[in-house]
Parts: sequence; structure tokens; C-alpha cells
Amino acid sequence: MRSLILAATARFLLPILFMFSIFLLVRGHHLPGGGFVGGLVAAAAFVLYGIAHGVEEARALLRVNTISLLGVGLLLALASGLLPLAGGEAFMTGLWFQHPVPVLGKLGTPVIFDTGVYLVVLGATLTVLFNLVED
Amino acid sequence: MKSLLVMPIVLPLAAAALCYLAWPWRRVQRLVGLLGAIGLFAAGWALLAVVWTKGIQSVQIGGWPAPYGITLVADLLSALMVALTGSMGLAVMVFSLFSMDPGRESHGYYPLFHILLMGVSGAFLTGDIFNLYVWFEVLLIASFVLMSLGGERAQIEGGLKYVTLNLVSSALFLAAVGILYGEAGTLNMADLAVTLRGSGQTGLVDTLAMLFLVAFGIKAAIFPLFFWLPASYHTPPPAVSAIFAGLLTKVGVYALIRVFTMLFVGDTGYTHAWILWAAGLTMVVGILGAVVQEDVRRLLSFNIVSHIGYMIMGLGLFSPLGLAGSITYIVHHIIVITNLFLISGLILRLRGSYRLAGLGGLYAARPLLAFLFMIPALSLAGIPPLSGFFPKLALVKAGLEGGQYWLVAAALAVGLLTLYSVIKIWNEAFWKADPGTREGPLHEQTDAGTSGAPANRPLWGWFAPIGVLALVTVAIGLAAEPVFEVAARAAEQLLHPEGYIQAVLGGGT
Repeated sequence: MRSLILAATARFLLPILFMFSIFLLVRGHHLPGGGFVGGLVAAAAFVLYGIAHGVEEARALLRVNTISLLGVGLLLALASGLLPLAGGEAFMTGLWFQHPVPVLGKLGTPVIFDTGVYLVVLGATLTVLFNLVED
Repeated sequence: MKSLLVMPIVLPLAAAALCYLAWPWRRVQRLVGLLGAIGLFAAGWALLAVVWTKGIQSVQIGGWPAPYGITLVADLLSALMVALTGSMGLAVMVFSLFSMDPGRESHGYYPLFHILLMGVSGAFLTGDIFNLYVWFEVLLIASFVLMSLGGERAQIEGGLKYVTLNLVSSALFLAAVGILYGEAGTLNMADLAVTLRGSGQTGLVDTLAMLFLVAFGIKAAIFPLFFWLPASYHTPPPAVSAIFAGLLTKVGVYALIRVFTMLFVGDTGYTHAWILWAAGLTMVVGILGAVVQEDVRRLLSFNIVSHIGYMIMGLGLFSPLGLAGSITYIVHHIIVITNLFLISGLILRLRGSYRLAGLGGLYAARPLLAFLFMIPALSLAGIPPLSGFFPKLALVKAGLEGGQYWLVAAALAVGLLTLYSVIKIWNEAFWKADPGTREGPLHEQTDAGTSGAPANRPLWGWFAPIGVLALVTVAIGLAAEPVFEVAARAAEQLLHPEGYIQAVLGGGT
């Protein structure tokens, strides 16, 4: 059953939740937040949209396959661990840029790792929930 | 060198990630799956070679120094186990390419298979006990899905038992880790070894030892905690059964060996006596379960349980010969039991059933298969000169030296009953005349994993991994000396953990 109120709210909430998830992701290295919770919030945004407008539309809005998100996320996390190996450091050593970037703050391999986690959590949660909602 | 140590974890993860990216393309997934398995195989053996020539290797993940960060350590036992993981991964992967049905293939069989291998390798390599818990979870979650992938009724039933019991085990493990941390203030196993050797509190340490024994005992399927294994291992497709049978219980055995040689050695008269009891009862009860089974895979499942007893018998004896015997036994059993489960898959393909009553005439129809079955089967029973004989001999000798005459008697009797149980498969499936009817009383649980097995793929792909593993079994039997030498040195490293502690903590604490 479609609810007009939910459908209208979801349309507004989606971008806000999505921005909030990015905010959580970026501030997560030293402050509460991070890729895991960010990914969950982003997944919640899409699931809410899916419940309001149907899973098909949510999938179309996402554009990419949820399982591809999972794959890309795993590869990003892995790459962030492998990068230090090229410089002769131990696997998963945190490498940081010297100069902070405006808005985003300090950038380095842990941020890449967190982005990977974000995508894995988003992809995995959406894969499960979309399938459940469709059934 | 430092990068080699992480490769057994990185390669399967990369393979799994690429398989997820190639989700819609089954052929790409098959290719990536195979390449990943080859990579892990190469990395495992390269690591073993390095550890053999250069001693224990360690790497501090993220560059955080030892007792604080997570350390990956490869001593000979770890490296040997990773090499075997790679080998079984490759053999079962090749078998899967020919035997897995397209439905399971396109619903994530290959990525899950690699995540399972990653969890197993990680568990073998980690030097941190909480990290060990994490790797256990990784491999368990992958195995939960592999167990129930396909969603057949029997699979779900088996999977439910498997999941429940393993979650109990994980909870106990986690609780034990928590108490251990409260007691010792560290989770690094080398650091724990130093701390626990210094502390006098045997009461709490013994309690912890028993908690770990129960937690790992469930995973390793020792008496009286084994009942989930024969209730679930016969339900998934044969390739999945084979990799589970070969590797998963061995992770539990490995964890037992690790904690009962590194951490809980202060009161061996108490803790290791329990292990000896568990070993004897596991052997006897397991094999008594096996001899009455009427289904090939259930019979083999009970054989796994029974032979876990041998593996922890050497640990309980806690002598260099006993541990070396255990390690050789693990090597032999991983190869042999994987092969027997693969053969059960081939029997299913040829005859459409696992039930002994409905089988027959395979010797006349497929003499090569009969021959290939006989090698691992007789090896499992410990017939010389196959691979099972020498570790059993070492264990018996170590048992006599340790004065455990009843245990030795049990081990020998179990050997005979194992022979009886595999001869039962031989008589029923291979030797007796083909009964002709496949129907019989169709047992719902028994014929699971049969749906959609592709009959159009060539048979040589099924035979190839079976043949190679049988050859390895014969080779280990004929050249037992080098294998035993590796095991003896691995046992020495376990009994004298100074080298391990040195490699992790560097210098000393």
C-alpha cells in the first residue's frame, strides 16, 4: 500500500540522510562516525525510498547493482591496505597527505578504507533488504 | 617477505571482490575463482618454503608494534596449514568448476568459497587471539551461506543445526577471550604466553583453558560436542562438503593445538588429561557412529569425528613425538578426507545416490574410480605404506612412551573399525552387483545436494582432482620422512615457543 505522506517525506529525506551519511563517513576517523554507520544510514535512506516508492524505483535511483557496490567496496578497502606495501611499509599502515584538504579534512589511506567499508555496508544491506522487500 | 605473509588473506579477498564485480557473468566468476585458488596455492607453498628456510615470519599489521597491534605470524605449523588450505582450495575449486550447478554458481558460490578460504588462512596466520575470533566468524559466516546455498530442505535443516551449535561455540569463545583479557590485560598470543607463564593463578587459568577447550572443541567436533557435524555435512553439494570436511574442523584442531601449546601449559597434568579423555572418546564414539551408517557421506562424516580424536591425542600426550604425529595426521587427514568426499560426489554423479543399499557394481563399471577410492580409503584406515600409517605409528609410539596404554589400544581398535567402515563402502558401492533400482525407500535427507548437478560437463574434470589427491596420498606414504621432518620441527617450535615469542615481540618484554 502506498502512503502519500511517506512517499512525499521519503523524497525529501533521501538527500538529507544521504548527505548525513557522507558527513558521518568523513568525520569518522577521529570522531564518532565512520564507514560502517555511514553505510547504514545511506542504506536506510534507500530502503525508506524503496518502501515508499517500490523497490524497482529505488534500484533505478541507485543506478548500480547493489552487489557491484559490495565488490567495489571490498576492492577499495583492500587497495588501501595494499598501498603502503608499495612504499615498503607493513600491510594496512596508515599513510596521510601532509596538507589537509578543505571541507574533507585530513586525507589518507584510512579514509579510502572507510569509504570501502561504507560501500560494502551499503551494498550488503541493500542486497539483503531489497530482496526481503521484493519477497 | 612482509608482503608474502599477507598474501594468503589478500588473494582470496581480491578474488571474492572481483567475483562480486563480475556478478552477472558466470564464466568470469569461474575464471577469477580458479585464478584466485591458484594464487592462494602458490602463496601458501611459497610461505612454507620461506618459513622452512628462514624461520618464523611475522608482520605487524598497520605498523602498530606487537602487543598493541595485530600481528600475523607464520611458524611452521601455520605455514603448513596455509599451504594445505591452498592445495585443498585448488583441488576443490577445480572439482567445483565441473560439478557445481549453474544456479549456485550464479548466486555467489565462488566469492563465498574464497571468503571461506580467506577466513581459514587468516585463522591460521593470526597471532592475536581476538583476531582469531574474527577470522572464525569470517569463515563461519561464509560457511553458513555455503551450507544453505541452494535452499534445499535438507540443507536448511542441516544448516540450522550447524549455525546454532557454532554460534554457541562463538559465544563461549568470545566470553573466554573477554575473561582472558581481564586476567592478562593483553590479547597478543605471544604476550599472553609470557604473562600466563609468569602468573601463579592456576584456578582461573584452568577455567579459561576449559572454556577454550569447549569452544574450540565444538568447532573441531570432539566428543561430546560433535553432533552438529554428522547432522549437517551430508547436506550441501559434494564440493562444499569436501572443503568443509577437509578444512573447517582442522581450524578448530589448529586453535586447540595453538592455545594448549602456547597459553595453557602451566597445569598440563589437569588440562591435557582432559584432552586425552576427549581424544579417546572422540575416536571410539565417532567410529561406532560410522560403522552403522547407510549413507556414504554420513559414514564419512562420522569418520571425520573419529579421526579428530587422533589429532588431539598427540596434543594431549604433549610430547615432541606426539605433536609431530598429530601434525602429520592433520596433513594426511585433510588430503584423504577431502578426496573421499570428492569421490562421494562422483559416485552421486554416476549413480544418483549416496545410499549404500542403492549403489553397487561400480567396480565393474568404473575400475579406475574403484582404484582411486581404495587409495584414500585404505590410507584413512592406516594401511601401510599409505599416508595414514606413519602418523598413526608415531602416535601409538608416543602413547606407549607416555604410558597411555588404554588410549593406544583404543587408537588401534579404531583403526580396525575404520578399515571395516571403508570396506563397507567398498563392498556395498563397488563390489556387490548393481541392484538396478535407484529408487528404494527414498530417504529425504540422504539424497540432498543432487538437484541440478550438471551432467553435461566432462567426467575427466571430476577425476583429475581425485587422481591428483590420491597420488599425493601415495607420495606422502612412500616419502614419509620429509613430511615427518617438517612436522617434527613444527612440533619443536610449538613446544619451545621462545622463537615464536621472539618473532612477535622482538627481543623480549
